[in-house]
Amino acid sequence: MQTNIMICGVGGQGIVLTSKLIAATAVSHDVPVMSAETIGMAQKGGSVFSFLRLGDGIASPMFPEGSADLLIGFEPSEAVRMFPYLKKGGTAIVNTHPIMPVTAALTGSDYDGADMLEYIRRNAEKAVFVDGDKAITDIGSPKVLNMVMLGAAVATGLLPFSLEEIEETMKATVKPQFAELNSKALRYGG
Amino acid sequence: MHKEFLMGNAAIARGAIAAGLNLISGYPGTPSTEVLETSAKCNKSGSLYVEWSVNEKAALELAAGAAYCGARTMVTMKQVGLNVASDPLMSLAYIGVKGGMVILVADDPGPISSQTEQDTRTFAAYSKLPCFDPSSVQEAYDMIGEAFELSEKYGTPVLFRPTTRVCHGYASIDVKDETEYKSVKPEGFVRDPSKWVIFPRLSYNAHIKIEARNVTLSEELSDYARNLVIPEKAAGCKKGIATHGISYTYVAEALAGKDAPRVMKVTTPFPFPEQAALRFLDGLDEVLCIEELDPVIERELTYICGKHHLPVKIRGKLTHDVKNAGENTCGTVAENIAGFMGWELPAAAKAEEPPALPVRPPVLCAGCPHRASFFAVKEAMKGQKAVFCGDIGCYTLGNAMPLDMVDTCLCMGAGVNITQGIGHIEPDMKCFAFVGDSTFFASAITGAVNAVYNQADMTLVILDNSTTAMTGHQPHPGTGHTMMGQVVDKIDITAVLKGIGVKTVVTVDPLDLKNAVETVKCVASEKGVKAIIFKLPCAVIIKPKKPAFIDTQKCTNCKRCIKALGCPGIVLRDGRPAIENSLCTGCGLCSQVCPCSAISLTKEGE
Repeated sequence: MQTNIMICGVGGQGIVLTSKLIAATAVSHDVPVMSAETIGMAQKGGSVFSFLRLGDGIASPMFPEGSADLLIGFEPSEAVRMFPYLKKGGTAIVNTHPIMPVTAALTGSDYDGADMLEYIRRNAEKAVFVDGDKAITDIGSPKVLNMVMLGAAVATGLLPFSLEEIEETMKATVKPQFAELNSKALRYGG
Repeated sequence: MHKEFLMGNAAIARGAIAAGLNLISGYPGTPSTEVLETSAKCNKSGSLYVEWSVNEKAALELAAGAAYCGARTMVTMKQVGLNVASDPLMSLAYIGVKGGMVILVADDPGPISSQTEQDTRTFAAYSKLPCFDPSSVQEAYDMIGEAFELSEKYGTPVLFRPTTRVCHGYASIDVKDETEYKSVKPEGFVRDPSKWVIFPRLSYNAHIKIEARNVTLSEELSDYARNLVIPEKAAGCKKGIATHGISYTYVAEALAGKDAPRVMKVTTPFPFPEQAALRFLDGLDEVLCIEELDPVIERELTYICGKHHLPVKIRGKLTHDVKNAGENTCGTVAENIAGFMGWELPAAAKAEEPPALPVRPPVLCAGCPHRASFFAVKEAMKGQKAVFCGDIGCYTLGNAMPLDMVDTCLCMGAGVNITQGIGHIEPDMKCFAFVGDSTFFASAITGAVNAVYNQADMTLVILDNSTTAMTGHQPHPGTGHTMMGQVVDKIDITAVLKGIGVKTVVTVDPLDLKNAVETVKCVASEKGVKAIIFKLPCAVIIKPKKPAFIDTQKCTNCKRCIKALGCPGIVLRDGRPAIENSLCTGCGLCSQVCPCSAISLTKEGE
């Protein structure tokens, strides 16, 4: 059994940590795991993606287009950018809150994410939309968006782990004072 | 043995430490940087000597000296760093080493974050040094120890060249427990001028030995288990695929579940395993070479077919069957193989064309001191004939609109010399060179000496942000700390410049805009070589201040703050400039640019 996951968004949204948490959970359950991600320009507001692969018989850390079981899009346009990687019948989980490109003020872009969400609605067979902005307001911290998205990913049942198993890894990874907040966010998403 | 989820570069470091590494030196450069950083993190006992050297040449020479003593050493750099280190490398190939020495050079197909798509496998053939090309994180971990063994067996440095996707790929791999680590006690330097002092006679004799050794190595490496020949599954298949590195994993993915053709994975591109290649070629009609960067395997196989009169057609980049630039992906490799084998690819599900996607180009961070420095020079030189030569680092991003302040960028340390050349041809040009603090120490000091002595007329602008920002904040001689955790005297850039004869060296705070502009005007009007040091730490390493505040009563919506600076911290909300509080660092540059004093660092009444 192999599971291919594409996690994408904008630098600073906690994408890499999300990928690491799933990977670490895999390692602790003896599930082989590989990943590959963009590195370097992340802090400069660039597009960030992480390929994540779980299961036996995987050779490459990346997978071809049309082969992700799960696309976790932290931002509408970034979800569309990586949409070709989603396989037919795959599930897209998308945060509905758009992030303007840092150059938008200069170029006069009127991007608001609506077209992107429409596109995903029309083209994904299974799509879950997460109101990330509402979530972080409800939970009370802008830093937990990634946990909300991860909770939503676990809820699809496509990851070979339970929310409790992911939570256990999270607790072992983040600073103790943030564990409770992150648990809350995981459960909010799930 | 236990499992860990490691980045390729971390795996290389861990593998080298498990192999008894005594010293590691290098210069930061994507995608190689994490090898040395991981080594430093794993060096709790301090038994390993770890150093970010001033540049790659220094790093390689240092590692060579330690290897002369019998130490196991590694030197790390990116592919263009090998150009800087090529002088000692070419000679060291003749002199050799006593302790194992691995020269880790990370290649960057794409290129994703480099100036060139050069191939270290080609450099291996040029320098006549053995080269290892890992295809996965696990293989990189396992093979680094084998690279040390081979280095010691033949008394030669060896090259180890992962590419970006191996360096930055992650995998759960088998790693050794500390009890399984090898320990190496260097014998020390044994004086022997007939061995360690290069002279034409020594080089002649060494050259003969090297050529003979490489013939032996080609034979030995033909039996190296990592130079794999995987037999065909389909009887009678006369086609083969030759590949290497990460592309091998793409080939494996493309052939999963197929009646695969014969496959050869070339793990030691130099010396090329000729006997293994002959076993691979035996009985084939046609071979497709799937490679990144240079067609190294394709050329070797074409040569071997000619040498042995084999009727095998070798295809690849040279025959235009495979694109000759950029990186491979699972998708491109699957297409190449399908075309070669005459297979139908499953028709891609045709999704509708997506809406136009917003582009997110890399820009200088909000609060970056370089933005202020560039802006000050731009303001000061307004209306004058001037050229702005840039260099390698975050500040290359000063080329983006609206700053648009980088006219040239070539390689590390080039700007200071390029601007001199322009000045000699265009004497009425105000010539500027911008260089970061780390790049200054790495390779711009010689350019400054050249300018002073040869009577150039130029302004050297040092963008001193107290770190090596682009590659993730490594220390350098101006930072005052080392990878061994020592706090040391900083090397003072002003004193260096004064010492080589630059008479005017002025240090300014780039965020004091008015003063910065006046200083640039004043300094640039002098004749000869003069320097301005814009000194302010990188915005990422200092605690941000409270975000700026726009008084909407005063703001006339002229948008000068946006049009002049292009700072990510100022966005348009409902058509008007607004501060993006999550990004703004409160640097205050925009408040000095606003013509209506609408931007301040504190709300009224606070």
